[in-house]
Amino acid sequence: MDVPYWLLAIIAFGVINFMLISASVLVYAERKVSGYMQNRPGPNRVGPGGFLQPFADVFKLMFKEDIAPRSASSFVHSLAPAVMVVIAMTVPAMIPFARGVVIVDNGVTVLIILALTSVSVYGVTMAGWSSNSKFSLLGGLRSSAQMISYELSMGLAVVSVVLLAGSLSVVEIVEDQARGGAILGWNVFRNPLGALIFVITAFAETNRAPFDLPEAEQELVGGYHTEYSGMKFGMFFLAEYVNWFVASFVIATLFFGGYLLPFEPQILAAYPGLDGSVLLGLLQALTLLLKVSFFAFLFIWVRWTLPRFKYNQLMTIGWKVLLPTALVNVLLIALVVVLFMG
Amino acid sequence: MLAESLFILLGTVSVVAALGMLIARNPVTSALWLILTLFCVAGLYLTLSAEFIAVVQVLVYAGAIMVLFLFVIMLLNLGALPQLEKMDWKKALGFVLCVIVLSQLVFIVATSLQLMPATATVAEDAGAATTIAKTLFTRHMLDFEMIGVLLLVATVGALMLAKRKFA
Repeated sequence: MDVPYWLLAIIAFGVINFMLISASVLVYAERKVSGYMQNRPGPNRVGPGGFLQPFADVFKLMFKEDIAPRSASSFVHSLAPAVMVVIAMTVPAMIPFARGVVIVDNGVTVLIILALTSVSVYGVTMAGWSSNSKFSLLGGLRSSAQMISYELSMGLAVVSVVLLAGSLSVVEIVEDQARGGAILGWNVFRNPLGALIFVITAFAETNRAPFDLPEAEQELVGGYHTEYSGMKFGMFFLAEYVNWFVASFVIATLFFGGYLLPFEPQILAAYPGLDGSVLLGLLQALTLLLKVSFFAFLFIWVRWTLPRFKYNQLMTIGWKVLLPTALVNVLLIALVVVLFMG
Repeated sequence: MLAESLFILLGTVSVVAALGMLIARNPVTSALWLILTLFCVAGLYLTLSAEFIAVVQVLVYAGAIMVLFLFVIMLLNLGALPQLEKMDWKKALGFVLCVIVLSQLVFIVATSLQLMPATATVAEDAGAATTIAKTLFTRHMLDFEMIGVLLLVATVGALMLAKRKFA
């Protein structure tokens, strides 16, 4: 792993820009898909098929006046959106995009992803508190309660993956899923319960419907970003979409084989020249993107299908259903690892 | 060299943030300063190449405990604390100077008497998760289990207290 720093910097630059662009594409995708689900065309005026609509929106946000409430704590008020965006943009550094193409691999990358997820609640809490408004404060409170509740189950789901792979490094977890031929080595088949719990908690951690109580517009106006305008609001918007995209990346990487092609051992056996070639790397990156697109679509699909949970339902699901299930799952996986894989 | 300058930078920021936590009159601001301190301490662990401890520091303290702190502070909606008394800048400056001179004196005396601890050499994999796990689950097994039981007792006790209040 002696990649020169300048190459890493170029990859990191590419990844950040890729994330920024895909956030716009996701906005377009969400509006278009939700439009079709509600039997209306969605954005279709700006550019071919309305494709340039999100870019137009970004320009609009940039030129809008930035208003801060007079009683807001101004420094924290400005810091909150920056925290959100920075944390959302940091997670992709830990994701391997193809074999050997990863920015950070220091042996504890899974933990770093978990830590970043749990720290990202500060953006919401700070925004909620510093705005000095009831709606924002309630949104921030809800968000921190929700994140604390679902973080535990998410951590336990990740623990089951770590147990199977025997490593805290994302790269090794992906490579571990290459065993078992074809696609049966993927963690979703070895650890289906963990995968289900992780997907549900990922929805909750990204504050996406049906877990979007922090910004339930009927009760809280805009939730924690009620008092934000202009590009600061834009940054919250961006962070939300990047978080959602990154969550899809993490789901695909931890549970669906990451960059591994389906039937990769068979393909490599049929075309031995492919091993270690650039073409294989490109195919792997494409595979990862396809998997991620599916989960990104799943996020939209769920959002426009399921109604929002009530607050008590949210807490019941988190503490009385997901947490015990996750604990039992960890115990089962640990027993399997000790008894059959030792 | 990089590790040293990072150490000085992070150490300074963490001390300043700790002071900020004490001086801040608003509980939420205090909590935010404390979070900054915790992050700096995590950074200090990183300079000692203890990645695992650093990440766990962020995950547990900054990610879980301080979120809970902030949540409770915001829920209780505590007002600002009373203003600090006017500080006498001459006294404060004198105190800082005294501390500097005292530490210099102690350093000189300690080096001349050869009391300074030798610079500890850290093994390459001392901070790795496997190394920590090995010591934790062999040599410190009893302590580990005891902490587990203690935390369980604390949880049960908290539940008992909460139940009694509403019964």
